[in-house]
Amino acid sequence: MKGAKFTLAVALIGFIILEALILTGLINPYIHTVLCYAGVVVISALGLNLIYGYTGQFSLGHAAFFGIGAYTAALITRLLPKSGFWVLPIGLVVAGVVAGVIAFLIGLPILRLKSDYLGIATLGFGMIMNVLFKNSDKVIPVMGGACGMRGIGKFTTFPWVFFLGLAGIVVLRNLVFSSVGRALISIREDELAAEAVGVNSTKYKTLGFVIGCVYAGVAGGLYAHLYSYLSPDNFDFLKSIDVLLIVVIGGLGSISGTVIAGMGWAFLLEGLRVVLPSAVQEWRMVVYPLILIIFMLVRPGGAMGGREFNFLKPAEYQRR
Amino acid sequence: MSAVLEIKNLTKAFGGLMAVKDFSLRLNTGDLVGLIGPNGAGKTTVFNLITGMIPPTAGSIYFEKKNIVGLKPFQVYQLGIGRTFQNIRLFKEMSVLDNVRVAFHQRGEVGLFHSILSTPSFRRREKEVTEKARELLSVLGLRLRERELAKNLPYGDQRRLEIARALVAGPKLLLLDEPAAGMNPAEVGRLMDLILFIHERFKLTILLIEHQMKVVMGICQRVAVMDFGELVAEGAPEEVQNNPRVIEAYLGKGVV
Amino acid sequence: MTYFLQQLINGLQLGFVYALIALGYTMVYGIVRLINFAHGDVFMVGAYLGFFSFASWRLPFPLAILVAMVGCAFLGVFIERMAYKPLRNAARISALITAMGVSLFLEYFTSLKFVFGPYFRAFPRPFSVRTYDLAGVTISNIQIIVFGVAIILMIGLTLFVQKTKTGLAMRAVSFDKDTAALMGINVDNTISITFGIGAALAGAGGVLYGIAYPQIHPFMGIMPGLKAFVAAVLGGIGIIPGAMLGAVIMGVVEKLTEVYISSTLRDAVAFAILIIVLLIRPTGILGKKESEKV
Repeated sequence: MKGAKFTLAVALIGFIILEALILTGLINPYIHTVLCYAGVVVISALGLNLIYGYTGQFSLGHAAFFGIGAYTAALITRLLPKSGFWVLPIGLVVAGVVAGVIAFLIGLPILRLKSDYLGIATLGFGMIMNVLFKNSDKVIPVMGGACGMRGIGKFTTFPWVFFLGLAGIVVLRNLVFSSVGRALISIREDELAAEAVGVNSTKYKTLGFVIGCVYAGVAGGLYAHLYSYLSPDNFDFLKSIDVLLIVVIGGLGSISGTVIAGMGWAFLLEGLRVVLPSAVQEWRMVVYPLILIIFMLVRPGGAMGGREFNFLKPAEYQRR
Repeated sequence: MSAVLEIKNLTKAFGGLMAVKDFSLRLNTGDLVGLIGPNGAGKTTVFNLITGMIPPTAGSIYFEKKNIVGLKPFQVYQLGIGRTFQNIRLFKEMSVLDNVRVAFHQRGEVGLFHSILSTPSFRRREKEVTEKARELLSVLGLRLRERELAKNLPYGDQRRLEIARALVAGPKLLLLDEPAAGMNPAEVGRLMDLILFIHERFKLTILLIEHQMKVVMGICQRVAVMDFGELVAEGAPEEVQNNPRVIEAYLGKGVV
Repeated sequence: MTYFLQQLINGLQLGFVYALIALGYTMVYGIVRLINFAHGDVFMVGAYLGFFSFASWRLPFPLAILVAMVGCAFLGVFIERMAYKPLRNAARISALITAMGVSLFLEYFTSLKFVFGPYFRAFPRPFSVRTYDLAGVTISNIQIIVFGVAIILMIGLTLFVQKTKTGLAMRAVSFDKDTAALMGINVDNTISITFGIGAALAGAGGVLYGIAYPQIHPFMGIMPGLKAFVAAVLGGIGIIPGAMLGAVIMGVVEKLTEVYISSTLRDAVAFAILIIVLLIRPTGILGKKESEKV
């Protein structure tokens, strides 16, 4: 327990320093936005890591739940006062709940599918959601359909992202090192054997999927209030792939890996924008996949390869 | 003697192939019965039918007077039937301790929110589970290896761990699918001792598929013989050994 | 009724192009269990090779198809050797992520100004469009060419896989790599050949697509690629006739939804059908039931 308190204290000091730098303007608004975006990406990726990395359920539709959360939160905060501390959290809670409920309804039938087939079914769901986002203006005009939704309050600030990210890490960490976590991992390892030792695999697969999608929904809500503009293109198939990349690059079944990879990914993409001279800006998206390919060839198991930093683990798992 | 397991006219057809045909078997409390037969006789299929991994085409399976046909495998386990697999199926990337702790999770579950918040009642429960799991590992001689990943265990220990995992829920019936497969004679000897030991200690009824006659003849009180999905003989080991129908099943017609 | 038949033929035209892409997906998946996401981009390269064949090199149609097929075959084999082969024994997801990387690379690299450029280009047709009237249903020479080329290639592929030694090797490797190796089959070469053939078919598909829907750009491969892949799954992935069947269904459904329901809902309906089929038949229409060995 001492380790956990120490870790939290370090995180808090880190937060105070960063927030001070933001408030004094030493971190400019652009970097601030990138920092928040990185946090949003990490939260969403933690959710996918729970679904795929820990429970072994291949999902290619994570961005759809991210989008559901984003639109839900944006619609909710629209109904609330223009300012106030509680506006954003109310939006986020509803976003998480809606994403979770939809995940439950869609997960129940499709989680029967295995491996690549599940991936394809979730991909299909993502596609369908994308089409629905594009046609949303026909039912709810303010959602803007293919033109995108505008005028969302910019409520997402660094403290929100930081503390929700921290909560996301703590919750996931407690979950995977609990009996529920063991049940989830056993399904990833061998679903039939898990059933043979009393694990209700349908229940736990659905549970893992729903919680992971709640993460995506909350992250989506933060995202909506970070840029104040949503377009269906922010939630298409390629965005699902981005999250998957982060989870795999970080290492499946590793919280530390997801956090590092999520931050690294956001800063690499934005960093290349700053580092590359304007004449070769179009090379940014050429360099990025090359880095990705080379990384995969060198470290196919991801950065952390399923391992975890010691401070994230309960005593009996720590390396002595 | 009361019946722990009573299989009545069990039949399983895969398309046109009758994997199990009108199979009946009764196990009384404390029995240690061997299920033998040539490859493809339908032995493992019987295990899969009992544990709910595949649905039967016809017939019924009573476990302590309750028909368990139609139950899901996890329900069958929770009722008190543990099993091992022919080709060891451990949770390879999990530690030895966790392989055992997985099986505890249904009993006295403290719930999702306690887990997420790591509440005192959650931690109490974890401690309790860990202690019990360690106890079981000690009994099976795996206590010192609890932190290793299951995939790194030597073969014999993997078999033991699989048995430990099957014992967590305190089953009344244990189904062992070729536990001695791939073992050398010394290991087989230790395995036989282990089976007799857990049979005694946990008051188990055991049904065991095995090809090594040394094991079957050495520890089983009774033997059931299958061929082409049917029960062809049943009785004490020495009786069965000389049964012409059994010899035919193994060696073919015309040998006798 | 004639309107319906007309749309059916339009749908078949799309379906046959999808089929040429889907075949590559299904063959590669069948042999190395990899969803080769870069395949749609190989199709795009094929379309560009067709474009340059007509616009710059003034090649006749059959030669342009050949150029696209050979070019794409080399590209496919090159990708396989460089990016996938080193990962053959790693977790399958590593290869999948690499495939995504290759896909992004092809899209953005070809978008560079000195490669294909980031703009839409009009695809020059090597001959003028002519239409024929068959009892009220119009069919164009373009459609006849799409059907003809696609059918010839599919028959060719089927004969190749069924009748030749290399085809036999491909089937053996997809069944069991280790045993195939023990039988003296060169597994590495067989896998490369499979990638090459799949890429060649996608290349031909690219040219046909360009002729049928004459506008091309570096990102044109994403959606047809995804849909062809879905078609392969719909028919039963790993099964060659399944890919053809799935692709034709996808093309027809897409066209009919477009004209009878709504063009914006086109993709949603196609994917909804996919999900429903998977829930009823988890391994696709022609897929064999997979049961786990216990």
